[in-house]
Amino acid sequence: MPSINLQLASYSDLFMLIAALIYAVAFILFALDLATSSKTIRALETELARERERQQDTADTADAAESVARREHLVGAGVGGSARTTGPRAVPGAHTNGTGAGGGELVDEDMDYLGTTARPVANVAVALMVIAAALHAFAVIARAVAASRVPWGNMYEFCTTGAMLVAVVYLLFLIRKDLRFLGTFVTGLVVIMMAAATIGFPTPIAHLQPALQSPWIVIHVSIAVLASALFTLTFSMSVLQLLQHRREARIRTGGPARPAFLQLVPSALSLENWSYRINAVGFVMWTFTLIAGAIWAEASWGRYWGWDTKEVWTFVIWVIYAGYLHARATRGWTGERAAWLSIIGYACIVFNFTIVNTYFPGLHSYAGLPS
Amino acid sequence: MSQQDNVRVTRDEAAQASTPARPGSTAPDGGSGRQDVELPALGLVGTLRFAWTQLTSMRTALMLLLMLAVAAVPGSLFPQRPAGPEIVNQYLEDNPVLGEWLDRFQLFDVYSSVWFSAIYLLLFVSLIGCVFPRAVKHAKVLRSAPPRTPRRLSRLPEYGRVVLEPTGPAPAQAVEQAAQVLRKRGYRIEVRQEPDGGASVGAERGYVREIGNIAFHLSLIGVLAFMAVGGLLSYSGQKILVEGEEGFANTLVSYDAFTPGGAFSEDSLVPFSMSLKSFEKVFDRESETHYGQPLDFTAVMEVQDGTTGEPEERILKVNHPLAFGDTRVYLVGNGYAPEVTVRDGNGDIAFQGPVVGQVQDEVYTSLLTIKVPDAQPDQLGFVGFFLPTAYTGEDGVAISIDPDLYKPELNLNAYYGDLGLDEGKPQNVYVLDTENLTELNSRNLDSGGITLSVGESYELPQGKGSISFDGVKPYVGLDILYDPGKWGVGVFAVLALIALAVSLFVRRRRVWVRGTTGPDGSTMVEYGLLARGEDFGLRQENLALRRKFEQLWPVTAPQEPGPSSSSTTSSGTTSDTSFTTASAPAGSPGATPDGPAGPVQNRPE
Repeated sequence: MPSINLQLASYSDLFMLIAALIYAVAFILFALDLATSSKTIRALETELARERERQQDTADTADAAESVARREHLVGAGVGGSARTTGPRAVPGAHTNGTGAGGGELVDEDMDYLGTTARPVANVAVALMVIAAALHAFAVIARAVAASRVPWGNMYEFCTTGAMLVAVVYLLFLIRKDLRFLGTFVTGLVVIMMAAATIGFPTPIAHLQPALQSPWIVIHVSIAVLASALFTLTFSMSVLQLLQHRREARIRTGGPARPAFLQLVPSALSLENWSYRINAVGFVMWTFTLIAGAIWAEASWGRYWGWDTKEVWTFVIWVIYAGYLHARATRGWTGERAAWLSIIGYACIVFNFTIVNTYFPGLHSYAGLPS
Repeated sequence: MSQQDNVRVTRDEAAQASTPARPGSTAPDGGSGRQDVELPALGLVGTLRFAWTQLTSMRTALMLLLMLAVAAVPGSLFPQRPAGPEIVNQYLEDNPVLGEWLDRFQLFDVYSSVWFSAIYLLLFVSLIGCVFPRAVKHAKVLRSAPPRTPRRLSRLPEYGRVVLEPTGPAPAQAVEQAAQVLRKRGYRIEVRQEPDGGASVGAERGYVREIGNIAFHLSLIGVLAFMAVGGLLSYSGQKILVEGEEGFANTLVSYDAFTPGGAFSEDSLVPFSMSLKSFEKVFDRESETHYGQPLDFTAVMEVQDGTTGEPEERILKVNHPLAFGDTRVYLVGNGYAPEVTVRDGNGDIAFQGPVVGQVQDEVYTSLLTIKVPDAQPDQLGFVGFFLPTAYTGEDGVAISIDPDLYKPELNLNAYYGDLGLDEGKPQNVYVLDTENLTELNSRNLDSGGITLSVGESYELPQGKGSISFDGVKPYVGLDILYDPGKWGVGVFAVLALIALAVSLFVRRRRVWVRGTTGPDGSTMVEYGLLARGEDFGLRQENLALRRKFEQLWPVTAPQEPGPSSSSTTSSGTTSDTSFTTASAPAGSPGATPDGPAGPVQNRPE
């Protein structure tokens, strides 16, 4: 077994801290972006109003219908989904691409970039997040190189790798989709995970214990971390979905359109659809994790399933997300209830990772925490 | 179980029937959308049918799923008998009242309890009741042609229209060409002549989605069935082997502990034998923070596969079991077995050999129990610790500080009297019942405890005999397991995974293309798309088809190529203006084929 490179390991620890700090700054900027959203939105709406007047001037009969539609649509975007009160047929309004008339909207239901809203603060936050993720990736890889093994041997390593994947998956989504509205939540969760890892379960670098020395650690744990990262994203989306849902309900009954930052967030329906798509991928990965884990358990302990505490909770999580997928096809269970299932599922993941690892006795006791 | 697509279809149809303003899939009050089940005038058959319908409904399946999740939790909160009966007994001893009640509700056997079984069996019945009719239905669909073209394609969730130049093909020919395009894209097609002289093609793809869905659920049944098979035919046993000592032959009497499945037969014990030749442990000696952490365990076994044949050496490691047919041997534990010799009051050797110590911690502090029933005139018993590297602190208590044998030491208390073995009652070899015993040595007595290093001897007080510490041998704890069901479980689990991915990621959709002769005599091609099940790519497909058509035919330029390349019909009426978009330039981002959006579930990307 090659010796551990302690020098590199200490660099890894250092870069982990630096990355965490930069994430924290990105978090603050993302929050600032949302907090100042009302000002941005007001400015934008004035411009849109001007735009509309100009259109009205040149309106002929053919355009009339369209500008009505557009106005309805703008209202829809501005107050987040009031379009839905006019029925599903109003929804495609969100698909119109405002490039032609130079008109705009605050958010796109498909979360495409619109280029209508300048959000410099959010952009700086994204840039910082890229830097943090790069340093973070270095730290994780350095840890792996220093120990000559995959960096998933204990909770510290699992948590830091998980946080990195959350950040990277989110940034990858950002390339194609405008998910900046999620930034506060994602960086917030990443900061929490980094803090939990570095403060809660700091574990000095070491070799793997015999039970973990198997190629299955690469297969089983990597997909588990990736699935957890996806569920982290959908968790934030589901929380936003619930908030947005309440706000839309308030608006429908003529209440105040608050909180304002939700104007920068797509409609509850759009959030629901996207979190469903990501959850479906996460669920397939979780199923894979379960099966790979069973195969490893068979090779290591002689039985593929033994209701070990960790296995129980992995199963519970699997069933909850299975329920989530079924809820999407059950009348009365879509929307808010499905979102709650997604949130409960994520809560179980967190529980499985923190409480079960540290307090429940079981065969999966690889937390590596000093006893 | 998952009536997903069925529900979807109903929704699609409901929306298609141009019901005004369906407020989206999210019921605003969160709880509406109750199924209006009218109670039938019930006869017995009616009641049963009603119960069956209820059981196989999606709502029931969802409830059962959530119940299953909740019901699995107690198994992680309370100790479980299958995992360790002794922990359960301890728990019952510590909590006599609560424990009894928990036991009454089978909370120490959650996964074989009546209520847990009831939930998952109901779930599987519900699953079968849902999946089989769907399988039958889908088998019919697979043999039939794609559905007929709806009269008004513009009502579909995705719709587009192209008007061809006069040089373009006639309607029937255009439809034929469109059909070929669709066929290349993986659609099953059927071209039909229309009464008014035009033609249309109905196309559908993604049949495999439903096959995946059905296969996934059936695979789960397969997993459960083979788990049951395994539960019946399997067996598991434990055996401790001390280095250089007597080996193990795969017969019932050789096992230290043995748990057979419900339908176990002794014939399934394949013949093999093995013994531990040597055992190597490697501990981390470099790290400051993890000093002494185990890095590697290697057992060199001498094995004989079958009854004949030469014994051969094989390496057994954690994660690398030995296989004898379907029976596998796993290295699950190891420890130290100090060798002792006990002489009785008469000076005869009453016991000699290694005593397996129960490892208590990571520095291999090992609990020892020595019972010497053959000692005369009094039976002797010893309880204490074996310490691989002993260190005596200021309080005079010796502890182990390293897992390796740097300073092996025995710390024992001695007893004499009746061990209680003569009545033939089974006893735990690791527990000394001191009820009928008298203490000879202990820290609390004047005689003190017994402390022995390797090679030392100790004379027991009152001439009861002597004990000597001769050496230390390593031992391994082995699990010997046989489960013929595991291959079936594995195959079906992998099948389930593949089927799941197919059922979630393959998109099932229908396309209809109709060619007609427009009012000005040119050919007009309309097409509409409908998703079945979750499909977020319907709009992309619309765009892709439009691009294909524009490559295929000379398409008339848009009549009013205004800046607003795409317009919205929020009211659902397809006005003439909206048709201008139908011929928007291909590939431009604004070339969104329009048409009223359909049911929200089919919202495209």
